[in-house]
Amino acid sequence: MSAVALRAAGLNKTWGGFVANRDVSLELAVGERHALIGPNGAGKTTFINLLTGVLTPTAGDVYVGEENVTRLAQHERVARGMTRTYQITSLFPSLTVLESVVLAILEREGLATNWWKSVAQHSGAAREAKDLLERLHLGAEAGKPTKSLAYGKQRLVEIALALATKPKILLLDEPAAGIPAAQSAEVFEVIAGLPRDVTILFIEHDMQIVFRFAERVSVLVAGAMLMQGTPDEVANDARVKQVYLGEAPHD
Amino acid sequence: MTGGAQIAEMARPRIEAMAEGLSTARWTLTEVAFWLVPVACFFLLSDYLVLGSQILITALFALSLDLVLGYAGVVSLGHAAFFGLGAYTAGLLGRHGWGEPLSGLLLAAAVAALAGWLTSFLVVRGRDLTRLMVTLGIGLLFFEAANKAAFVTGGVDGLSGVTMWKLFGVFRFDLGGKTAYAYSLVVLFVAFVFARRLVASPFGLSLRAVRENATRMPALGASVRSRLVIAYTIGAALAGIAGALLAQTTQFVGLDSLGFQRSAELVVMLVLGGAGRLYGAVIGTALFMIAQDWLSGLNPVYWQFWIGLLLVVIVLFARGGILGVADQAMAAWRRKAEP
Ligand SMILES: Nc1ncnc2c1ncn2[C@@H]1O[C@H](COP(=O)(O)OP(=O)(O)OP(=O)(O)O)[C@@H](O)[C@H]1O
Ligand SMILES: [Mg+2]
Repeated sequence: MSAVALRAAGLNKTWGGFVANRDVSLELAVGERHALIGPNGAGKTTFINLLTGVLTPTAGDVYVGEENVTRLAQHERVARGMTRTYQITSLFPSLTVLESVVLAILEREGLATNWWKSVAQHSGAAREAKDLLERLHLGAEAGKPTKSLAYGKQRLVEIALALATKPKILLLDEPAAGIPAAQSAEVFEVIAGLPRDVTILFIEHDMQIVFRFAERVSVLVAGAMLMQGTPDEVANDARVKQVYLGEAPHD
Repeated sequence: MTGGAQIAEMARPRIEAMAEGLSTARWTLTEVAFWLVPVACFFLLSDYLVLGSQILITALFALSLDLVLGYAGVVSLGHAAFFGLGAYTAGLLGRHGWGEPLSGLLLAAAVAALAGWLTSFLVVRGRDLTRLMVTLGIGLLFFEAANKAAFVTGGVDGLSGVTMWKLFGVFRFDLGGKTAYAYSLVVLFVAFVFARRLVASPFGLSLRAVRENATRMPALGASVRSRLVIAYTIGAALAGIAGALLAQTTQFVGLDSLGFQRSAELVVMLVLGGAGRLYGAVIGTALFMIAQDWLSGLNPVYWQFWIGLLLVVIVLFARGGILGVADQAMAAWRRKAEP
């Protein structure tokens, strides 16, 4: 049994009488590539919000490695190596793309409270940011204000910001949502090319992509974990078929 | 590698960074020219030095709000609390036998910073409307406290009898206001250099990012709260220095130094010049106060009318204030000049 990178133990989230997450548990081994699927409104984003500390669970715990991080603030969990991207693009509109990524790098390095040297003097961060942007085919956009970019490019900036924190655990909430299929394959190539020890959980609706990049799959339905397994197991599961295709289980 | 190539290699990152528009702290020729204006005024407009000092002091006050509101995006309608606190600190020192100006400034900065730090925890939580109300409330509290503590502050009569020693033991605060002007200008400039460095730094970048999208910052590993606490404390300290300058140069502290009107007018000056730009704070203040001096001489009612109209026009049609409009005009002109 390999080491555990991230563990959710019986997470619950309720709003009034509405249960968005019911006893959701999940264990990710170090370096695992794991897909989280489920119909719209199943509670996938809520689950990511609970893992990252955006929301406080009504019950349950989150562990990064051995450490219980349930009481830690979002930024403290990032410091422990867990980063996320947002389903709904959340960027810094009037900062340039380069500034945004440089900021993420400086935050990671603990240099963002430096007030006596200019940003440009941190040339190491600038160079690293440029390399990252090149890797995501954003080199030409580096100097432009983020808000001037096309939607597809903004999705890439979203990923660039997450990668700039050099995560050990990366949570991707529909990273390729709303970008053309050819480009979304490209996005996942970059993600698949990350170092093997980076643990990745990604939410994705495109089953082809899920089957191509995931080693294991979790299916969330109506706030509860329906099943977990290999892509093949999930693809052949009658309950999953029913959820997705509305078919009655055969036999 | 030849010497030349080596130098080129060393210079590369900086040139690249500049080309991509990362903040540098280098001075431009325009900036140098800008700062020569108040110096020239000292020699050419010696009849207006009293007004000039008021402008320089208020510009420093506006600069302090710009860091908080323009850069960090924390709206405040109570920034005069720190201005007044600085003014009373320096005023009381001068009244009770310690008239040394520079140590007075520093102590005023420290007192205002402490008050800023303590109240920052109330201010940084919540959103715009909450912050507006909390800062307004804090401003009113300070005002009322100073009003009630008349045995210390002089209440509505103000604090008089402030005696200042010679600056550096050499320059007497003269009636013509020469010392006051030069002193205010140097203090403003030093504070400006500090603020300039701050906003070009990673810390300044992180403040702008908080303003742009505070909910994204924790996902980069940053605690928004601690950033804003620092920014608010620095803003309070600079406001305290501005207040202390006013107390020292006029040798009087009025209750209005803490007043709501001072806080509100300051926001107007900043928006007028262009919030989120340091020069916007200085230019907005200068134009506002010169216009006020000129128009209120004609008719005080008119003044309120024109400033009200100007504010509405700026906010609706010229976002980014005077400097924002100037930037857009420059960009349009450049596009036209390029074939
Ligand atoms: N802050 C909130 N308050 C109340 N209800 C919420 C809140 N956030 C989400 N919900 C509800 O919880 C349910 C799950 O939402 P969530 O965003 O987690 O779904 P999802 O699986 O990510 O869906 P999608 O595939 O559409 O992104 C939805 O019914 C949503 O309306
Ligand atoms: Mg979602």
